Order: sequence, then structure tokens, then C-alpha cells
Amino acid sequence: MTERDEFDERLKQARQRRGLEKDASDSGGVGQVGLPAGALQIGLRAGIEVVSALIAGAGLGWLLDRWLGSFPWLFLVFFVVGGVAGVMNVYRLFSPRTGAGK
Amino acid sequence: MAAEGNTIDALSQFELTHAFGPIGAAVNFTQSNAHMLIAAGLVTAIMMLGMAPRAIVPGRFQAVAETFYEFVENLVVGQIGHEGKRYFPFVFALFMFVLFGNVLGLFPYAFTYTSHIAVTFGLAFLVFVVITVVALALHGKKFFGYFFPEGAPIWLAPIIVPVEVVSYLSRPISLSVRLFANMVAGHVLLKVFATFVVLLGSLGVVGPFVAALPLAVNVLLIGFELLVAFLQAYVFAILTSIYLHDAVHLH
Repeated sequence: MTERDEFDERLKQARQRRGLEKDASDSGGVGQVGLPAGALQIGLRAGIEVVSALIAGAGLGWLLDRWLGSFPWLFLVFFVVGGVAGVMNVYRLFSPRTGAGK
Repeated sequence: MAAEGNTIDALSQFELTHAFGPIGAAVNFTQSNAHMLIAAGLVTAIMMLGMAPRAIVPGRFQAVAETFYEFVENLVVGQIGHEGKRYFPFVFALFMFVLFGNVLGLFPYAFTYTSHIAVTFGLAFLVFVVITVVALALHGKKFFGYFFPEGAPIWLAPIIVPVEVVSYLSRPISLSVRLFANMVAGHVLLKVFATFVVLLGSLGVVGPFVAALPLAVNVLLIGFELLVAFLQAYVFAILTSIYLHDAVHLH
């Protein structure tokens, strides 16, 4: 459909003239910048990251303990590891990510 | 159900009951499953009927279908890059299913299937499996280098590797808990204020006037919940794309 392609092309040019079209270099590797902003949203996100990392850590430790029969020890270790991972998740949330080529 | 015995019962709305009478009871087909079927049917109907005319200048229905398509396409290509188009059907299906689950749940008598952690975790676990399989298929053994950043001193490995593994495992949990918590909190809030309307309304002469206050709050909340319903579907889709970006590019 050449007629349609031509139209798309002209539309794109028109949009670029008006500054509506984003540059091609913009796409790719926007990272987490595209997420909705707002204090409550960011706070909720950070909180959920910490809690879920804690759950994952504690759960993994508990499963390993059940497998190896060493009850509280690995659970305690992985609880701390989960906390560290949670802090790291939050750090990643706020540190700017570099582009798609990384 | 709103105010039986003058108590606020905000959680009974999440209870599962059997749909389709005795047949549903025999196979444990719940109203949650029924709403999933409705959502899937609606999404299919919108896309099939909307795209049936294939007009160059879209009609109303086709415009709806094209808006959804282009929205998700921009999201996927923007996050993953052009090689991400392969994963567009997956993200689109997830986005539409979550969006319709959230929005359908706001209708009276409807059930919000995204308010159950089993459903959201099922979806998030699917995402987790897909991103892991994609990363393994594209990068093979190099995928495990993901858990140990290049250039870090080797003696730090016993600390970094477990932390990175736990951080990776926490992805499906945070993805599912976010959606589930947002939907539950919104519906509990709506129910609590709706119960206030009923309780205050039975307060004699002044009742109806006082009850107008929580009613006004509920009107605002419905609008807010519509925003949250859309936003959470968007967040689910965009996080899936971000994880897919990590899987494809493996930084």
C-alpha cells in the first residue's frame, strides 16, 4: 500500500516540524524513567521492593534450611541477604540507568 | 452485604463463590474464572471486531483497537528497542488482561480477579519464567554473569552473588504484590466508605445529609480507582518490558 506509506511519511515529517515526534535516538534504554512519578507512588514502589526482597530472601533461606536440615541458620543468613537485596533494589530504582547498549 | 449487623465488612467482597450453579460447583468454577473469561472474550472481541474493517481512516471501534495496540507497541519498543517487537504479543496480552481485570472489577456486582495474589503471582511467575528462558536462550551460560558484575573483586563474590540472586528472585514477588495490594486497597476503601453511607443514612433526620459526605468521597474514589486500574496495568506492562530489556541486553 504505497499510498498509505506515503501518508505515514508525510505525517511523520509534519509531526517532526511541529516537534511532536521524538527523535529516533530517544527510543531504547529509557530505563525506569518512564515510570509514573509522584511521592506516594515512589514511596509505595520502594516499600514493595524492600518487602519483596525480604520475602524472597527469607523464603529461599527457609527452603534451603528445610532441604539441608539446618533450621534457623541459613534462614537467618538469607534474611539479612534479603534485606541487603532490598536496599540494593531501592538503590537501583533511583540510580539513573544507562542506555540500551549497555 | 454492605452493612449487615452494623459492622463494616470490607473483605467479604474478595470471597470466591461458584459461578454457573451446580455445574460450576462440580468443577470448582468460580466467579473469578468467569470474569477472566469475560475479560479475555472482551479483549478478543475488541481486537477482532475493531480490526475487521481494516479502514485507512479508522472508525470509532477500530480507533479503540489501534489506540491499545499503539500504546503497548510504543511502550515495548521504547523500553526494549526494536528487537523487542518479538515480545510484543506477550506484553500486549498481559497488559490487556490486567487492564480489563482491573476495570471490570469497578463495575457493580463484578469481581476483581486481580485482587487475588494467586492470580497476580501466577502472571508474575509467568513473566519470571519468560525472562529467564529468554535470557538463557539468547546468552546461554553468559546469563549467570548477570549475578556477578564485571570488575568487582573476586573475594566479594560470596556476598554479591546471593544478594543478586535474591534480588532477581524478588522480581515476581514485587510485581505481583504491587498489583494485588493496589487493587485490594482500592476496593476495601470503596467498601468502607460505601458502608459509611448506609450506616449514616439510617441516622434519622440528619442521616441523609451526613451520608452525602462519604458518598461524595466515593464518587471521587471511583475516579481515582479508574486511574489506579489503568496505572497498575501500565506499570505491570512496563516492568515486564524492563525485565525483558534486561534479559535481551544482559548488562
